[in-house]
Amino acid sequence: MTELRPLLSLNHLSKAFAGNQVLQDFNMTIYDGEFFTLLGPSGCGKSTVLNLIAGMETADTGDIILLEQDISQIPAEQRPINTVFQSYALFPHMTVFDNVAFGLKMRKLPKAEIKQRVNEALEMVQLAHLASRKPAQLSGGQQQRVAIARAVVNRPKLLLLDESLSALDYKLRQQMQIELKRLQRKLGITFVYVTHDQEEALAMSDRVVVMNQGKIQQVGTPREIYEEPNSLFVAKFIGEINQLEGEIVSVDGQQSYEVKVEEQRWRLHAEHSFSVGDKVNVLLRPEDLRVEYIEADHPDKFLVGTIVERTYKGKTLDSLIRLSSGAELMASEFFDEDDPSFDYRPNQKVAVNWVAGWEVVLPYEA
Amino acid sequence: MARISKALYLTILMLLLYVPIFILVVNSFNASKYGIKWTGFSTKWYEKLVQNDALIQAALNSLTVSIIAATMATVIGTLAAVALYRYDFKGKKFLSGMVFVSMLTPDIVMAIALLIVFITLGISLGFISLLIAHITFCLPFVIIAVYARLNDFDKRMILAARDLGASEWRIFRLVILPLILPAVVSGWLLSFTLSLDDVIVSAFVTGPGYEILPLKVYSMVKVGVSPEVNAISTILLVVSLLIVIASQLIVRKDKTL
Repeated sequence: MTELRPLLSLNHLSKAFAGNQVLQDFNMTIYDGEFFTLLGPSGCGKSTVLNLIAGMETADTGDIILLEQDISQIPAEQRPINTVFQSYALFPHMTVFDNVAFGLKMRKLPKAEIKQRVNEALEMVQLAHLASRKPAQLSGGQQQRVAIARAVVNRPKLLLLDESLSALDYKLRQQMQIELKRLQRKLGITFVYVTHDQEEALAMSDRVVVMNQGKIQQVGTPREIYEEPNSLFVAKFIGEINQLEGEIVSVDGQQSYEVKVEEQRWRLHAEHSFSVGDKVNVLLRPEDLRVEYIEADHPDKFLVGTIVERTYKGKTLDSLIRLSSGAELMASEFFDEDDPSFDYRPNQKVAVNWVAGWEVVLPYEA
Repeated sequence: MARISKALYLTILMLLLYVPIFILVVNSFNASKYGIKWTGFSTKWYEKLVQNDALIQAALNSLTVSIIAATMATVIGTLAAVALYRYDFKGKKFLSGMVFVSMLTPDIVMAIALLIVFITLGISLGFISLLIAHITFCLPFVIIAVYARLNDFDKRMILAARDLGASEWRIFRLVILPLILPAVVSGWLLSFTLSLDDVIVSAFVTGPGYEILPLKVYSMVKVGVSPEVNAISTILLVVSLLIVIASQLIVRKDKTL
């Protein structure tokens, strides 16, 4: 993405179902050619946003601008937007070819052109050899690819994907994530992907919007969302995170604070601005923690605790550490190549530290 | 032991179901007039039947009413089922409830109700009144058969068709209709059978000018079972069997789903 050209803007959208306000004053811009993901727990309104873009629902207020044209009053069948549904929704009585050709036939294109474009689309998803099969004769992953081909063959301005990978098993899902991403780059079509799976969102997206209860919590690249969550909700929804309470002791200048955490003073970095006496949450990713054995003494600038439980995860060794205050921390460490059989003993006394600056400090929320 | 009792159970069941029909078919070829014992193979009852113009006319009337009633009930019922499935409108719950009510209404109640309606509206009893009555009692069966089939498939398929640019008519023609076809066919068959052998409702709503087979047979057996009745029943049996086989072939072709 070299230039950012807005493709679709949602302006002040609101939508209520039977008095239940699902979206209120919802604003969002999607740029041309990006892989954009709506991420949130079920019921957060992300599917409603998708349905509004597709035209399956009409917004109560607000407008939807696609390439400078207001499309909010245009019916779904006339929008240059196609959808890949969660259940694929293939037509079971048609062959793979006829499924993919459906949209082009509706637009009454010449037969020869339909044939050529369908074959191209099927080749792109590597299913050209199965064109005469019925959907029921295909595997889940193949059906998924037919659904994608059926949508992209129409060359939509925007492709919507509604939890499109969630029906696949873990291995296939990971494979399809890579394939989708590659397809998106190749086609240059803007993808809007809806999911509740944060791993999927991080793996595929150029930008992610995290939603909760009909509101946008944060918009950003996967890295921004993961490393600089702007709220406790985002921090906890994306990956695992440890949460410690603290209090601002002094302000040391630009985004630097002295914070009291677990009866010790720490120099911490924060994106937010705080004043002395503010209560804060200090958030630490399990993989950012460094754990060391200690004997009895309290080393300075370490959190001290004991190992409660450790779990062998193959790639990592996860340990649950109880600090002297009673708070618990999860640490996730890769095996050291010098000591591959490394393990902790329960009740082992440890000191925990982390790379300075990798912590996230947010205003206190319960 | 379990296997033997299972086989025995099935045998008894099959005998109970098919022995009477078998006896009927055999008797239609029995030279004896009383059908108590076999006095030799004969097709004379069929010959007599062909000469019995009143009976043949009743049979033709019955087929006419049944085919038209089944077809109209299928068209109306299919559209009603699609409407109930696809659209949200006021009174939808009430309407789908009424479908069951009219299906469960005893024939005699339905017959009297229809008769009152026809008299009130001044519709003379005959072909038209009979046809309307038959369409009425066939309708719920079609609606339920088609609705069940519709409920079976993924509603998102309709959204997908719309998303790909299909108009309402094309969604119906290209997606919904091919998928519900087996249910439509079986709805038609069910209607046809219900209509063909209905006695109670028909007895109330048809007039003397339009006689149909079940009523004719009913009046004939009042004075003793004539072997001609056996013959016409056998013919009807064969016709129904052929229709069932044909419909099975249609549905089978669709089995690739």
